[in-house]
Amino acid sequence: MALLEIQGLTQKFGGLQAVSDFNISIEKGSLVGLIGPNGAGKTTIFNLTSGFYQPTEGTITFDGRDTRGMKPHKVTALGVARTFQNIRLWHDMSVLDNIRIAQHYRMGYSLWDCFARTRNHALREAEIDRIALELLDAMDLRAYADERPRNLPYGLQRRVEIARAMSIQPKLLLLDEPAAGLNSADVEGLIRLVQWIHREFDITIWMIEHQMKVVMTLCSEIKVIDFGATIAEGGPEDIQTNPKVIKAYLGDENI
Amino acid sequence: MQKYTFNALLAVGALVLVLMAHTGHMDLYIQSVLMLMGMNIILATSLNLVNGYMGEFSCGHAGFMCVGAYVSSVITVILFTKDRVFGPPLLDPSLAIWFFPVAVLVGGVAAALVGLVVALPSFKTRGDYLAIITLAVNYMVISAIENIDVIGGPRGFSGMKRVINSMHDVADIPWMLVWVLLGTAFSVWILRRFVASTYGKGIIAICQDEVAAEIMSVNTNKMKLIAFMLSSGVAGIAGGLFAHAYGYVNPQSFNILKSTECMVMVYLGGMGSMSGAVLAAVLFTMLIEALRFGIPALDGVMHTIGLLPDSYEISQVWKWVIIPLVLILLMQFRPEGILGNKELSDVFPRLRRFYSFK
Repeated sequence: MALLEIQGLTQKFGGLQAVSDFNISIEKGSLVGLIGPNGAGKTTIFNLTSGFYQPTEGTITFDGRDTRGMKPHKVTALGVARTFQNIRLWHDMSVLDNIRIAQHYRMGYSLWDCFARTRNHALREAEIDRIALELLDAMDLRAYADERPRNLPYGLQRRVEIARAMSIQPKLLLLDEPAAGLNSADVEGLIRLVQWIHREFDITIWMIEHQMKVVMTLCSEIKVIDFGATIAEGGPEDIQTNPKVIKAYLGDENI
Repeated sequence: MQKYTFNALLAVGALVLVLMAHTGHMDLYIQSVLMLMGMNIILATSLNLVNGYMGEFSCGHAGFMCVGAYVSSVITVILFTKDRVFGPPLLDPSLAIWFFPVAVLVGGVAAALVGLVVALPSFKTRGDYLAIITLAVNYMVISAIENIDVIGGPRGFSGMKRVINSMHDVADIPWMLVWVLLGTAFSVWILRRFVASTYGKGIIAICQDEVAAEIMSVNTNKMKLIAFMLSSGVAGIAGGLFAHAYGYVNPQSFNILKSTECMVMVYLGGMGSMSGAVLAAVLFTMLIEALRFGIPALDGVMHTIGLLPDSYEISQVWKWVIIPLVLILLMQFRPEGILGNKELSDVFPRLRRFYSFK
């Protein structure tokens, strides 16, 4: 059974149909791309998947569970982590704290433990620290543990945001335009990072991306949407030559 | 062991203060200033949890203090004193020394429950709109108490002095000073432990980016509930101590002016800084007391040099011009407050050797 199964997903904002009848089935371990022109509804689909919006119609099944009606933090606790198009780190606390707090759903101690500083509190805090530091080590971010994200270069902020999403220990990682605003060297680094995460942590990745180079290198399957509707799907080669895709992106074939 | 130096110094300092008060080396005025300082520390640190750490704007903090003050006072008066309205004491008055902290804590719990009135709307409402709700709650509490005649209504409620007196009958030590010192230590201790843990830091995440917090598995509604209830509950503790230290409470002493005082302390100290709030509460109390002497002194000088006509006197009301003026100047020239989002340990890293700030 697929890890993420979306069927007949439709989202209306007042009179605007942002997503219409979107279907996707993402197998465990795959790396899938979602592309489309600006305003096509890509981020809306991510917002629906992470529980931030409730769909007007359709079903979202993650790991065998219907996530409709769940609060976003519950969906995340099931194992769906995501990054944002415009980086949304907690900019005024240390990188380490950013990673720590994202483990909130498996805090494992109560308010009482927190006041009384019980043994359980100490053990869990130590565990949270250990996971956070290991992750920072693995992602080459250890040197920045005490820095505030605000003071880091953009490329590193992206990396921290991905690290924060990874500290959820997700089954599915949603990357919303990870290459946006990066220079070409950073983009190379990002491609290697995503490949490494995909292999090393054995997770499923679904990404939105505008830079064709990134999508074509990374994704084995790509879905193209425009005005909320699916216009094409398939492997990178099929997509590159699909006339509908070219039309959606360039307006007309003979430019 | 060195990192306990600060705690040990605090304990010794508190002991010295109590001994001085006990042996009569400290007059009642200084004692009352110290107690006020303690209560202000509790109020500033608890309000800081919501206004500083969580980034919401609560401007009805005195309302929660009021609930704590009345609930704990009514409990102690019913239990330990012979009252006109409530009749003879239900328990032996000498037990007051044991039940007093319980009564204050129950007052805190009651205040925390009233805090729900703010916490629940905060799930959907933010910023200015939530600030208006907190203001409304402040007024609701005051009006409700003004209309409950059995506890004195607008005339206020008294009788707590008799409770304290029965404590003095058991052992003649400066009880209220002891309770206020313990209450302050307890409140700061509980709040600091909360915000220093990864659990409590969830509210800082809400302050910095609520959407990211929710998406990154922080149960934002639960954290808001905890923050508001903890903040109002601790304010209730301050209220209980206040009521018993002065032996009289009156709904109007918990109006918007008192809430403003709490806010001034938070903004003076720095948002989201525990040590800042403590420092600000101490400085603010000293400023108020300094004005108590400073204003008549200024009045005297002005009259002596003939700058003011004899018919005009600079009264204590000018305090309420000077304190808001401090706030205006602060917002203009140092909007982040004295410490501004930093702890003392960030400003003076060497302090860390004497105290574990985590």
